[in-house]
Amino acid sequence: MPAIQSLGIDVGSTTVKIVGLDAAGEMVWHMLEQAEPRVEHQIERFLELAKGETLSLNGIPLVSTGYGRKLVKQANRQVTEITCHARGIFREFPHSGTLVDIGGQDSKVIGISSAGKVVDFMMNDKCAAGTGRFLENTSSRLGVPLERMGEEALSVSEEHPISSTCTVFAESEIISLLANGTSVAVILRGLHRSLVKRIVAMIRTVGIVSPLMFSGGVVKNPAITQLLEEETGEEVVMPQRPQLMGAYGAALIALELAGD
Amino acid sequence: MKTIKKMRYNWEASVLGLMFQLNQKQKAKRRVKSGRNWKSEYLTPPLDIANKSKMLVARHILRGRHANERGKVAWVTSGAPAEFLKALGFYILYPENHAAICGTARVAEEISSEAENAGYSRDLCSYARTDIGSVLSGKTPIKTIPKPDILLVCTNICQTVLHWYRVLAHHFDVPLILIDAPFIYTEASDHSIEFIKRQIEEAIPLAEKIAGKSLDPQKFAEVINLSRDASMLWMQILDRCQHRPAPISAFDQFIQMAPIVEMRGEVETVDFYAEMLHEIDQRIAQGVGAVKNEKKRLLWDNLPIWYRLRYLAEFLGQHGIVIATSTYTNAWGELADLYDPEKPLESAARTYIYPMLNRGAGDKLAKMKRMIEDFHLDGVILHSDRSCKPYSIGQMDQRDRIIKDLEIPALLLEADHNDPRSYSEEQTTNRLESFVEGLGF
Repeated sequence: MPAIQSLGIDVGSTTVKIVGLDAAGEMVWHMLEQAEPRVEHQIERFLELAKGETLSLNGIPLVSTGYGRKLVKQANRQVTEITCHARGIFREFPHSGTLVDIGGQDSKVIGISSAGKVVDFMMNDKCAAGTGRFLENTSSRLGVPLERMGEEALSVSEEHPISSTCTVFAESEIISLLANGTSVAVILRGLHRSLVKRIVAMIRTVGIVSPLMFSGGVVKNPAITQLLEEETGEEVVMPQRPQLMGAYGAALIALELAGD
Repeated sequence: MKTIKKMRYNWEASVLGLMFQLNQKQKAKRRVKSGRNWKSEYLTPPLDIANKSKMLVARHILRGRHANERGKVAWVTSGAPAEFLKALGFYILYPENHAAICGTARVAEEISSEAENAGYSRDLCSYARTDIGSVLSGKTPIKTIPKPDILLVCTNICQTVLHWYRVLAHHFDVPLILIDAPFIYTEASDHSIEFIKRQIEEAIPLAEKIAGKSLDPQKFAEVINLSRDASMLWMQILDRCQHRPAPISAFDQFIQMAPIVEMRGEVETVDFYAEMLHEIDQRIAQGVGAVKNEKKRLLWDNLPIWYRLRYLAEFLGQHGIVIATSTYTNAWGELADLYDPEKPLESAARTYIYPMLNRGAGDKLAKMKRMIEDFHLDGVILHSDRSCKPYSIGQMDQRDRIIKDLEIPALLLEADHNDPRSYSEEQTTNRLESFVEGLGF
């Protein structure tokens, strides 16, 4: 394995990701785990494992990103998810475009220029209605595991509209729909539509520049991708490792630090 | 009895006010002596004049404690043509200003809850909730506020004020003067100005009856003249921030605007801003900026986030960013030329029809574009203020136009000017950090 020359760590609300790059900026090592309550310990463990890959972390630049980036005391620099995601995706798709990233408690739309710069960005407002948490919240209520929600939603063509204003309102709507005997799949399809509509409103604010790129943990849900294409009329493209874009971008920035 | 009351008033309004001022000066001296200087690594210490503005505001508040015993009191909206009331000798209280004091003192949430518990919706403006909550509970960080004998509301800033003041009129059982300001998109028509003028004319006899005296036209012209002078000085102060580095930031302006709002039409207010302008010119001559290492300059749109002023100033300051100007502080100076002491009534009508919030979203956009050019700005922060709908409406499009037409970044920041429950520090910081990175550091 080529030696790791830089590291990027993305401490998100749901998962923690670490990426190691070689001198050419290729991803040569990565890890992804559910975020633990004591995330500082998890970060230390990740870095120990990185040390195992490279023998020593001395002189290897590290950039942290994500909500918990300030917890990574070992980082040479802390950079926001917006900059890191843009950097990561531009490496894989080196042209202008619009990136949609839906994470655990945060979703963002980033307009990227042909030079890879952030032209504009939009993040979800204070409500979690346009984030992965929206799906998580309703998963247990509907008795459908998170990873199967998308397939279940796509198994029907009928859907029942659900409020996209607020996760709490959505949940009470679901309860009354269940009480009225509406099928779980029909509710689920409506729920996905509602999340996507929220995202599309953000996309329209930033303005669509093709291609529409999609990253973040919610990429694993096929219904979101399909509905996103339906709502925007755009083909959605995805990077090879959609969950690692933030950490990858962070590691690319770290690699530049090494060159400075 | 009267003599005792007079003595108490003189004691609090004059002696205590003076002692407060001396105390402030002593404190400042001690801080310098003991080396406990200003604790910010990134921000220049406040102007010396800041002590004086504290004193002015404190004395105004102390006078307010006895205002009901000494004369008549008017509660007015911030954009109301209050000069005729001032000329009639009313003590003037701005509930919006009082609410902002509650915001900076971080008691607005508790006081607003009093209004919410009485059934007022959380979707109402947080100034209205703070004021109504304060009226219902008697809670205020300034011990006590005088009761109104008359209320003056002008719809040139929003429609909420009308309903808010109707609540006050009902609660205090006092007359409410309504000045209805027609909305202006471009230029005010003569009949619109005439409409406001007649409403003021109609209001004067009622105010005279309550005041127990007639309006002296000379005094009215004098007050208009003082309002104009103070507004002109304020505008000059703001325009000085076109200098690089900006001598004061919008955060300083938010604090130092208290006299222009609360004590417009007074001699001391004019003197205060003349002195402030002088100190600012000294700063410019010495090359001192509000932010020690100014690298980027921004515009702030909308009201401040009163309970997080210092945090935001520090956050931006550490990145070498100064908010050089704001549409909000600008609103208290931009109409200065419209005051005309020769025609007090007509000019009051003209001045108070043109506030920014009484004009279209396109007017604000054009204004912001001008400011971006004049102040050599690198970006814009638009505070989407949950409480102030008329100010926030159109911001999405304004932001879009600024980004597309001027090719500079603009950030929409969701918060509330007085209610910390509608503000998330974590999310705000995250957006600000992303925005700062986009400014090209």
